[in-house]
Amino acid sequence: MSEDYNDNKTIQAQSSETISGSGSGVSPDIDYVRPAEIPEQDLYHGHSFITKWVFCQDAKVIGVQYFLLATFTGIIGLILSWLMRLQLGFPELASFMTAEHYYQFVTMHGMIMVVYFLTALFLGGFGNFLIPLMVGARDMVFPYLNMVSFWMFFIAVGVLLASFFVPGGPTGSGWTLYPPQAILEGTPGSGMGIMLMCISLILFVAGFTMGGLNYLITVLQARTRGMTLMRMPLTVWGIFTATVLAMLAFPALLVGALMMSLDNILGTSFFMPTILKAGEVLEYGGGSPILFQHLFWFFGHPEVYIVALPAFGIISDLISVHARKNIFGYRMMVWAIVGIGALSFFVWAHHMYVSGMNPWFGFFFATTTLIIAVPTAMKVYNWILTLWRGNIRLNTVMLWCLGFIVTFVNGGITGIFLGNVTVDVPLSDTYFVIAHFHMVMGIAPLMVIMGAVYHWFPLVAGRFLDEKLGKWHFWLTFLGAYSIYFPMHYLGFIGVPRRYFEMYDSPYMTSAVGMNEFISMAAFIVGAAQFILIYNIIRALKIGKPSGHNPWKACSLEWLTPSVPPEHGNWGERLPVVHRWAYDYSVPGAKEDFITQTTPPSDVANTEVEKT
Amino acid sequence: MHAGIIFFLVILGSVLFHIFTPWYWTDVASNWGGMDDTITLTFWVGGGVFVAVCLFMVYCVFKFSYKEDRKAEYKPEDKKLERILTWTTTLGVAALLAPGLIIWNQFISVPKNAIEIDVMAWQWGWQYRLPGEDGKLGTTQVTNINDNNPFGINLDDPYGKDDVMVQTDVINLENNRPVKILLRSVDVLHNWYVPQFRAKMDAVPGIVTYYWFEPNKTGEYEVLCAEYCGVGHYAMRGGVVVQDNQDYENWLQEQETFSDLMAKQKLLETGETKLAKK
Repeated sequence: MSEDYNDNKTIQAQSSETISGSGSGVSPDIDYVRPAEIPEQDLYHGHSFITKWVFCQDAKVIGVQYFLLATFTGIIGLILSWLMRLQLGFPELASFMTAEHYYQFVTMHGMIMVVYFLTALFLGGFGNFLIPLMVGARDMVFPYLNMVSFWMFFIAVGVLLASFFVPGGPTGSGWTLYPPQAILEGTPGSGMGIMLMCISLILFVAGFTMGGLNYLITVLQARTRGMTLMRMPLTVWGIFTATVLAMLAFPALLVGALMMSLDNILGTSFFMPTILKAGEVLEYGGGSPILFQHLFWFFGHPEVYIVALPAFGIISDLISVHARKNIFGYRMMVWAIVGIGALSFFVWAHHMYVSGMNPWFGFFFATTTLIIAVPTAMKVYNWILTLWRGNIRLNTVMLWCLGFIVTFVNGGITGIFLGNVTVDVPLSDTYFVIAHFHMVMGIAPLMVIMGAVYHWFPLVAGRFLDEKLGKWHFWLTFLGAYSIYFPMHYLGFIGVPRRYFEMYDSPYMTSAVGMNEFISMAAFIVGAAQFILIYNIIRALKIGKPSGHNPWKACSLEWLTPSVPPEHGNWGERLPVVHRWAYDYSVPGAKEDFITQTTPPSDVANTEVEKT
Repeated sequence: MHAGIIFFLVILGSVLFHIFTPWYWTDVASNWGGMDDTITLTFWVGGGVFVAVCLFMVYCVFKFSYKEDRKAEYKPEDKKLERILTWTTTLGVAALLAPGLIIWNQFISVPKNAIEIDVMAWQWGWQYRLPGEDGKLGTTQVTNINDNNPFGINLDDPYGKDDVMVQTDVINLENNRPVKILLRSVDVLHNWYVPQFRAKMDAVPGIVTYYWFEPNKTGEYEVLCAEYCGVGHYAMRGGVVVQDNQDYENWLQEQETFSDLMAKQKLLETGETKLAKK
């Protein structure tokens, strides 16, 4: 079966020159696109339920699998956050919770949300589903490896969740897993818990590397004819750059986890100095706890951008489509993504200003950190300038975009507080930090994910999600989340430290009791509001309005497949040929307010379209 | 349209919340008022950008919401505008960074007349050591720590003998005298943090870290551990009492030195051996 498919393609590739050369229209030459240089890839088509839906090699199905599993772990993370907020707002109702439990929930919530939810969802979920469709490929270049990547992720999640059931429970060392406490008694889960956490991370990194190689090589090698790099949608640029970061950053986490496991199991002393515990000197000596922090944050800071860059890319596309206007300053946007990605490797120690590292580093890292604010600000300007003189559809997707801009700018500004070394000293390790990073890399990317779900659901399922439910979902989430994290900054100003199981009655904390109750209430509501989406999805799958082809009138390739939802192989018999960028909206002189990427120049000869 | 109004109210609400918040920082009680000033400056610049960007967005929502007959502008790039925005942002960022770096330079340059205090942390508690009449702290080692030598002072170090030992979690400080906090930990990371003094730094096992400040308001303050250190983290509190010169001297006189402690131990031991001989 797959051989037939392949033969077809080879013929087409050979004859493509003649096809485009003799195109119908005014001037045949202007439609010329270089012929393909390599024959098309051979795809494996599943025959049984198992090969079609379980061990599947279709990137779209793998994307959905990633999405579902990441969402599942995300819901666990959400429930953990409810338990934490119950303890912080209404401790009298949480008498079942000990400090051990609390710290375990904090740790698992953090690690799940950052790695197993956001990273897996953006790269594994959206990356798999969108990259081949958006660059005009039939699939990822290594479909089998892609399948293995998902199942490695599956095992990693399994190992992570298994730690809830081992003696001592999961690790309670904070998501940063700082030694020495992570592997010493006095921290919950210091034996089995931390070991399983490290193993799970190692598996995740291994699986992710398989997927990541796929995304990179697909973008570099499998773009269709005419799809130059500077014609790619920003979504692909964002995911591509984030994957490069991940490839370089995850190894640091991997060795950190490995070395700590050795310290834990074999008694090496990579991170362990001489330690006195309960009156006895332990058999460690000479190691450096700060070394682990460098390894962790060398991964941890790029990790922020591994989540943020795909979000930047996706939001650019959503805004452009629904404002019916080209993304403003496309080239600047691409260079900003690449520049932010490169700079993100030079800022890691801004997480460590008060860690006890040489204080002279403060000058360097404060400077690099504030430099990164410039390209980031440019992106924000370009988003709002895209709205300017647009024709803005105020639908659910656009609402998520607007919500993203508000929360991202808010969180970005507080990042300037924390990046500026002096300001960080009083604020670090307080609730200001919690509020900052939840706003900027929790809520803001979540807004993007939700916008993307409402935007691309018709492509996945062929049906619309309900707009009315969507708007309820948006307003509850946006207003709720904003009222959780905006006031929380002020707890940080008071000086309330993070990771406190109980506040006691310090004079400057008692005043915060009311606020904590309010924040907890808002957290319960926001969490519950997410179930609106689940209901909406189930409802839409059954009775949602059919969307048909290209329901949003978008220009980019993923909407131009012959069948909706796209089949395995995406493009039917012939690969699309690309003639322009993905943002030709509202071109003066054009019949409609969008010109798809596959429209040849001869079809729009009398419009004022710019060459891209 | 409603969306625009709600977004506008969110921005307005944020500004009002900031103006009228009852939750704000405690009065600064050290020389680090400059940190507060940098925060205030960042608030004005950053807050201004936040409000401007969001209001612009709200304006667009009002002005350019979808109409069938309207066509959006088609203008892929505007080099000049992009250049202006880049340079303005760069200038703004530099204006925030410069004062930050200046104060950081002060933060890491400890005045010569600062009194050094050894803050020793463990799971979960604090204790303190002050230099004796020689003005110098004796060197220490984790492996020396035992009941007779709670700070692990090296016995052959002459500077250690007269060190003043404060074996509670409350330390007294002299008002208007710079203090260099020398932090060490015998087990995991900790962080000695008094919100009113603004400054903080991790205590890291294996090395000695430091920071300095000059208390300038007498009174009692709470010490919080600000680096997660295991299950007792939230309960790891201490105290600081800032006193005027005379009160401080009186307090200092009452404290025990290392040689006092050793003499006492010796007395006890000889007593025990005598008892045993009988």
